[in-house]
Amino acid sequence: MSVLDHNAIDINPRISEAEVGDYIALLKPRVMSLVIFTALVGMAMAPGHFHPVLAITSLLCIAVGAGASGALNMALEGDIDAKMSRTANRPIPRGRITRPEAMTFGMTLAFFSVMTLGILVNWIAGALLAFTIFFYVVIYTIGLKRWTAQNIVIGGAAGALPPVVAWAAVTGTVDVEPLLLFAIIFFWTPPHFWALALFRSDDYARAGIPMLPNVAGPDATRLQILLYTIVLIAVAAAPWALGYFDAIYGIVSLILGAGMLGFAVNVYVRRERSQSLRATRKLFAFSILYLFALFATLLAEVVFRALAPMVGGA
Amino acid sequence: MITGMADKPEIDGIVLTEAQKKSRRQRSIAIALALGVLVVLFFAVTMVKGPAVLVRPM
Repeated sequence: MSVLDHNAIDINPRISEAEVGDYIALLKPRVMSLVIFTALVGMAMAPGHFHPVLAITSLLCIAVGAGASGALNMALEGDIDAKMSRTANRPIPRGRITRPEAMTFGMTLAFFSVMTLGILVNWIAGALLAFTIFFYVVIYTIGLKRWTAQNIVIGGAAGALPPVVAWAAVTGTVDVEPLLLFAIIFFWTPPHFWALALFRSDDYARAGIPMLPNVAGPDATRLQILLYTIVLIAVAAAPWALGYFDAIYGIVSLILGAGMLGFAVNVYVRRERSQSLRATRKLFAFSILYLFALFATLLAEVVFRALAPMVGGA
Repeated sequence: MITGMADKPEIDGIVLTEAQKKSRRQRSIAIALALGVLVVLFFAVTMVKGPAVLVRPM
């Protein structure tokens, strides 16, 4: 009798037709772009000289690490992505890439991004990047997302860490300033994602994900959005209030905060279905603009400070 | 015995379709480019840091 059972050998193995674009989609490029931008701000704020080659290396590693997290997240969530209209077009539900292929791709990128950052820049930054990937994949994706309505509150820490990693890449330490950036993104995450969860609640219910609107109801979610927005406005003004940034940043953060609060109040007040959908979509869209504008202001002030002596001396 | 081997049906192996060949070629080029970037990155950082490339703050 043959040791190998002939029938056990798959004579028609699946051969991948996945193109490079499918693998790029696994990296969640839009999330990646926000990660690169917030990391750039963290890096620019850090004191001391940082060689451009090391800066590019660090940003590349942070971006690839974020992409690895996205790929691993999709590998683990292929089943629920297929049930949601927002994610049904991702490469795994479409059958372009299998879950093991995505897992291998994500693990490879995670390994190379962490090791490259550690070897070429410093191991504090490398360790922080490894922790960020671990937090997003294991704590958020595997642990929290399918279990608790607080999933995106705690999981938001992963998305808030890139500026801290970037700061550590420059200084080899962690200080108050990057932790303020961390806090801004951390408190921004719940209003942003709960706005999405409100107008996609059917999607999340179909996939069985316990988002706050499906667990506590839309009204409780609207109140939570409002409360987190108020905390966000205070936290966003902290870099100015604590003396790290000038009044210009303070004023811009308060104006943007007023806009965010206006949209959050709108969501809280408008509860009739069609009006509520419009209000939550507007809040979701504005929240992206809010974070981008806030960090762009921080970056502009840092650049202005760096250029001011040169302009003054000329 | 060798004659025993000859009795077995000949296996042609897996023949890739044009789409599979094209996507495989694309993926191979992407992997080559990624490795190239990694080599350039390590070379550039070595040039920047010089002998200090192995001295890293912990």
